[in-house]
Order: sequence, then C-alpha cells, then structure tokens
Amino acid sequence: MKPLLRRFASSPEGVAGALILLLLAFAAVLAPMILPGDPAAIVGRPLLPPFADASFPLGTDQLGRDVLTRLVYGSQASLTVGFSSAVVAIVVGTLVGTVAGLTGGLVDEGLMRVVDAFQIVPGFLLALAFVSVAGPSLAVIVLAIGLGAWTGPARLARAEVLSIRERDYVAAARVVGMHPAEIAFREVLPNALPPVLSLVSVIVAAAVLIEAALSFLGLGDPNSVTWGGMIAEGRNLLRSAPFLSIIPGLGLVSAVVGVYLFGEGLVEGLSIRGRRL
Amino acid sequence: MRSVLCKVDRLSVVYRTKAGAQHALRSVSLDIVAGEKLAVIGESGSGKSTLSLALTGLLPEEALVEGSISWPGFGFDPVAGRDIGIVFQDPGSSLNPVLTIGDQVGEGAGRHLGLDRRAAREKAVELLARVRIPQPENALGAYPHQFSGGQRQRIAIAAAIAAGPSVLIADEATSALDTIVQAEISTLLEDLVKNGDMTLIFVTHDIGLAASLADRIAVFRTAELVESGDAQSIVHEPQAEYTRQLLATHIDLESPRLVGVSDAR
Amino acid sequence: MHRAWRLTKRRLIASIPVLAIVILGTFLLMELAPGDAVDAYLVSLGGGDSGLAEDLRQSYGLDQSALSRLWLYVSSLARLDLGWSIIFNRPILDVVLERLPNTLWLMGSATALAFTLGSLLGIVAGARPGSALDRVLSIGSLTLYAVPGFWLGLVLILVFSVQLRWLPTSGIETIASGKAGIARALDIARHLVLPVASLGFIYLALFLRMMRAGMGEVWRQDFVLAAKAKGLSRWRIVVHHVARNALLPLVTMLGLQAATMLGGSVVIESVFAIPGFGRLAQEAVAGRDAPLLMAVIIVSAVLVIIVNLLVDIAYAWLDPRVGSSEVASK
Repeated sequence: MKPLLRRFASSPEGVAGALILLLLAFAAVLAPMILPGDPAAIVGRPLLPPFADASFPLGTDQLGRDVLTRLVYGSQASLTVGFSSAVVAIVVGTLVGTVAGLTGGLVDEGLMRVVDAFQIVPGFLLALAFVSVAGPSLAVIVLAIGLGAWTGPARLARAEVLSIRERDYVAAARVVGMHPAEIAFREVLPNALPPVLSLVSVIVAAAVLIEAALSFLGLGDPNSVTWGGMIAEGRNLLRSAPFLSIIPGLGLVSAVVGVYLFGEGLVEGLSIRGRRL
Repeated sequence: MRSVLCKVDRLSVVYRTKAGAQHALRSVSLDIVAGEKLAVIGESGSGKSTLSLALTGLLPEEALVEGSISWPGFGFDPVAGRDIGIVFQDPGSSLNPVLTIGDQVGEGAGRHLGLDRRAAREKAVELLARVRIPQPENALGAYPHQFSGGQRQRIAIAAAIAAGPSVLIADEATSALDTIVQAEISTLLEDLVKNGDMTLIFVTHDIGLAASLADRIAVFRTAELVESGDAQSIVHEPQAEYTRQLLATHIDLESPRLVGVSDAR
Repeated sequence: MHRAWRLTKRRLIASIPVLAIVILGTFLLMELAPGDAVDAYLVSLGGGDSGLAEDLRQSYGLDQSALSRLWLYVSSLARLDLGWSIIFNRPILDVVLERLPNTLWLMGSATALAFTLGSLLGIVAGARPGSALDRVLSIGSLTLYAVPGFWLGLVLILVFSVQLRWLPTSGIETIASGKAGIARALDIARHLVLPVASLGFIYLALFLRMMRAGMGEVWRQDFVLAAKAKGLSRWRIVVHHVARNALLPLVTMLGLQAATMLGGSVVIESVFAIPGFGRLAQEAVAGRDAPLLMAVIIVSAVLVIIVNLLVDIAYAWLDPRVGSSEVASK
C-alpha cells in the first residue's frame, strides 16, 4: 500500500482532488453538526440574496429556506448516489466480465450481447425509465444509474481475465487442482481488478451528473435535498434570483472536478498507464 | 586521402534521470571521411544510436550535449533530410501507418527540392524503382501494412534518400529482418553508396555484417568509443580486449554467411 | 467488394440480436410497472368505468398473457408500427418522426462543434506539450468536462438571453413568425446556438483531452522521429503525421458517445423547451405513457446502431489497416 500512497501523493492532481472530495465528504457527514438547521425548514425572509445577511451567508430560497444548509445537505445525496452507483456498476460489471471471460463459449457470447444491448441504450434514458417504473427512491436511483454504467467495467474485466487466464500462476493453480471458482476469485479477480478500478472516477462523475439531471427533471429522491432539485426550483426564478440555480451548480462542478482529479491521482498511484475507456 | 566530412570532438550526451545523470555518450572523438562506409558497432546501450541521432540533429530536447560536431566537408550545418538521411531499425513503426507510400517517400523531396505534389510523386516512383520495389507506380497509393518487412525497409530507405542527401545513416536498419532480407538490404545500401556519391554510416551490433560492408569500423561500449580504424585491421588485429571478445563471440556463433568476410576490402 | 461495405454488413448482422435484447429488456421493464397503458389512459381522460377499461384492454390485447403480448408487440414493430401514444392520442411513429429532426439537428450540430473545435484545440495543446497554452487548455477542459449540460444551459440563458438579450431563451423557432426559407433557417439556427453549446461543450472538453493525450502518445512513435529526420516543417509533422493518427481514437469515441449524447439531449431539450425526440422521453414519463417510453428507448437504440455504423465507415476510411488483408504487391 505504501508505494501506492506515495505515488498518489506525488501527483498534484490527485492531492487536489482528494482535498476537494474530503471537504465535500466532511460537509456531507458533519452536516447535522455544523449546520443543525433542518434544510427543509423555513428560517427567514424568502429570496434573501447571498452575502447580505450573516446568518444566511448564501441567502434564502423562494420559501425562505437557508441555501447554505441545503447546499451542504445536497452533497450527501450527490456523493451517496455517486459512490453507491459506482460500487454497484463495478461489482456487477466485474462479476459479469469475469464469468464471461472464464467460461467463454456461448455464455460469454450471450453475456457480451447483453453488454452490447446496455451500451446502445442511452444510460440516462434507461435510468429515467427505471425510476419512472419503480418509483423515485434513493435505492432505485442508485440501481438505475448503476444499470447504465456496469458495461464498461464488464468489458474491461473480461479483457483482463482473458489475458490473465493464460498466465503461469493460473495454470499452476489449475495443476494443483484448485476449483475453477476458487481460481476465479482468488487468482484471477484480484489481478483483474486494478485496471477496472481506474474506471471508478469516470463512473462516479457520470453518476453524480446523472443523479443531478434526474433530480432536475423531478425524478430525484423526494425525501432528500439534491443539487439538481435545487437548480430546478431556482430555474423559475432565473431572472430575479439567479443565485438559486448557480450556487448548487457550482457545488456539482466542484464535486465532479474533485472526482476526476482524484481519479487521475489514483491512476498514477495504481500506475495504470494509457487508461482505456 | 579523402577529406574529412565530419569531425566529432569530445562529444558527450547526458540525460538527466531520477537516478542521476546518465551518460549516453562520453567524450567521443571521431572523424568521418567523405565517401567512406563507416560501421559503428556496439551492443544496445553502447551509445551508437545516440551518435546517429546526434549526427542527424534529432536528439531529444532534454538531452544535454557537450563537445562539438563540425562538418568541414559541408562548410555549413547540415539539414536533416536534405543533407543527411537516416533509416531506423523497425520499418514496421518508422513508416506512418495511415499515410500512403507515395506521400511518405515524396514528402522529403517536396520539402527540400521544392517539388510540387505531382513532381514529388514522380520523384517517389523513381526512388521506389531505385530501391527495387516492384511496380512502383502501384505502390504509390498503397499503405505500409500492405508490404513485407523487407519491402517496408526499402521504402524507408527510399524516403530517407528522397532529397539526395550526401550522408546516409542506417541505424540498425537490418537487425529487425530475417537473414536473407538482411543481406538484400545490405546489398542495396552498398549499391546506393556505390552509385551515388554518398557516405554511409552503418550502425549495427553485428560485427560480421560490419566487417563485410565497411571501410572503417568504430567500436562502442557503454557510451565510450573503444577503438576505431580500418576494417581489416580491426578484424584481424584488434587492439582492445572488448573488440577481441566481440570477434570471438561472432566466430563462435558463426553460421554460413550470405555476405562473406572475404568480400571486405 | 469494398472493405467499408463488408464491415457495414457484418456490423448490421451483429446488431440484430443486440436489438432483440433491447426490445425484450424494455418489454420486461414495462411489465414491472404498476398498472398498464389503459389505466394511464383512463387517468388522462379523468377516469372511466370498468366496462370501458375491459373493452380497451381487449382491443389492445392487454388481457392476454405476457408472452402473446410480447409476440404482438414484436410483430407490430416489424411492420414499423410503434403503437399508440396515450398522451398524444396518435400513432407513436408519427410523433417520433415529427420530433426526430429537431433532435438530429441538435445532436449533429453539437457533435460537429465538439469534434472540430475539440480536436483543433487538442492539436494546439498537444503540439507543444507542457507549454503554458497546453496547461490552460488542459485545466479549462477538465473543468468544462465536469459541468452538467442542463446547468450550463441555464447559465448561458442567464448571460446571453436575460442579460445580453442576444439569443432566445427557448423553443426551436419563433412561433407564428411567418418566416420561410433562409429567414426561417436563420431563426432556427439562432434558437439552436445555446442548446448546441450546452449539449456540445462537455464533449468538446472530452475530445480536446483525448486529442491531446493521443498526440502525446503519437509524438513518441518512430514514424514521427522519421518525419523529423526528413526535415519536414513542424506544421506538416503535427498535421500529417501526429494529428492524423491521434484522430483515430476520437472517431471511435464518437460512436461510444452517441448514446450518452442522446441521453443528454433529453435534459437539454427540456431546459430549452425544444419539441424534440429527447423531450418525448420526459413527456412519456410525466404522462405515464408506457408505450411511448418503450418506443423512445427502442428508437434510441436503433439511432445509436446507425451512428455506430457511420462511425465504422468513417474509421475504415481514415485507417487503411481496418478490414484489409490483401497485400498489394506480392
């Protein structure tokens, strides 16, 4: 682990990204402590502009709710959905890819056609349809976004498995008489994983953006504050109170930039050159 | 005695790496005589390829250079492509995969001889014929992947001599090819310098090939020039221990040669 | 036979089973939905008695088993019948064909903008790696790549429509303007500027970054050294030898991004109130119009297949190595 950390620390992008993400994560986790107010509570005069009142540094929205509190709570939804969807996508993708690569033949052929099918349907459309069918809740949104994102990891894992399968230590494990499933999970999977992990940042970033777009269209989790939802609410007041849409958007941009930068550092750290997409 | 074309004087090339300064060449002095065939031999890492890049002016920007290369034979600093042509080791990667042969062979001539597109194409046909590519007109519109390794190397040679340079550097130009093709390419290079009035610098790790082709040999090892001299005397009376070892391993491994040592003058 | 055509045929045949999976998957997804099209239709009418519901179910074949309904659906798809839209009360195919041109213009323009500007800026950045200009473009593109299109759209509306009053805020053309010919085309173009920018900028950033990275890789290739050894001008080396090769992965990316961009147009069309194909998806969800949503997903998949075909042909044209095995001069 040491060299990974050291290499990561030597990449300025990675460090910057880690700092941004840490800041956002702190805000998300510590939100109830630093800003004990309820993000849904009406606390002041509506549509106070930012920097006008010290008790509402970022102003209030059209209902008189504190924008800063809502912004901080919004990072919870974004980061939760972003990272959970990436976990779903990576786990599902790696499993499918590993199975396809190890079994080969018809199973491989069939699974890869399913991967193709998921790839030609726009991920956002798929998420939209899934959420509209299953109803908007955090779990459904995570699943919906993961559903459109697992194909990349699946392809990469399969390619890795196909190349690892031919290597000596796998042959050795076979000779020793290890069970195929044991070989898959103990010898092949751990080695196929690092390249797949280089996709994490791209998937998390895409998931954060898709969650925001879903919320923007009114298909977000109705029980939590989301940045996309805040932008949608502010949109009607674009002329009179543009800050209501701009502020949560800046939150989104910084989160996604943080994820990308962190990813670059991670790729450096895992020393995976020539990232495949 | 022919005139000195190029004078390499205490040339050092250093690369800065994380592990410290790395010498690619260390204080090398060498004269190149106009019209000669000079073989530069050494194992990989001996600095022989760095020398060919330095002569052509193609060293990467980060290389630190000390000493000098002067060209009394030219009286001016030669321009890569116009005055010096170079052929690299692997014709599979030294030709651009997405450009036609006609483009790649003709572009040097277009640049340095001021030819327009059509004239450059005509020149390319002439050059391809000269390196004995069959049906050169048809080859113009073809792409590198459509040719065999040996043919690709011929095409690379045609591209290198397009503007009529008076120096041709062959940097391990035959080592990626099989023995028969290797011999063909060496013969081609020999013919080219016989017909044209060119100086040939033949960089190789194969001392047998060097002996069969060269007038003079310069032996390199770990960034330094070990010895240089007349090909006959280097082969028959090597001064340096390292040269003797090289010759010994060569004789040990000797298989029936296609270009015999006795051909060397 | 030309190799591009051979490739096209192979690709078309390969896409048949994939499309079948998409259709099956979409059908299954809609089966999961509570209620069926008739419920939604009755809701849209404002209620109705159970007798009407029964009749409707029978006439749509909704009272039959899932398997026979799937068969019914597939066989009508084969006749290019996409079904009946509940919210529009019209054949879905008509609605789709009416909406598609707007989206194709939007996506085509966004792709053209992103590809040309992105690759050009990528060439500029990659021509001198590590220069100040390269750094600026690199950081700028990373930030741009993180900007959600719908939010960018709102910011652009704020700047160019609300503040500067240069461009219209929404729609695809001025309603009832009576414009025709070139005047109408210009009007549509004016309406498309902001949506195209909102949809295209993220891909511009992507193409810039890919081009830059690709140029960096190509610079290290032997044939670039050989080109330098020919004494060619820097311009010729950059354009002919480096950029030509670095462009290839971008063309592949164009195909891979087709689906993402189609998804993006759903949100952008909703921000700018463009009556396009993408907006149809949102309208179908809002109106609980399951047949329409299914049709949108399937048509999207077909569009993506077509775009990928075009990309393959373009790639084969740009890279002579693809699909060719013959040796020219034996």
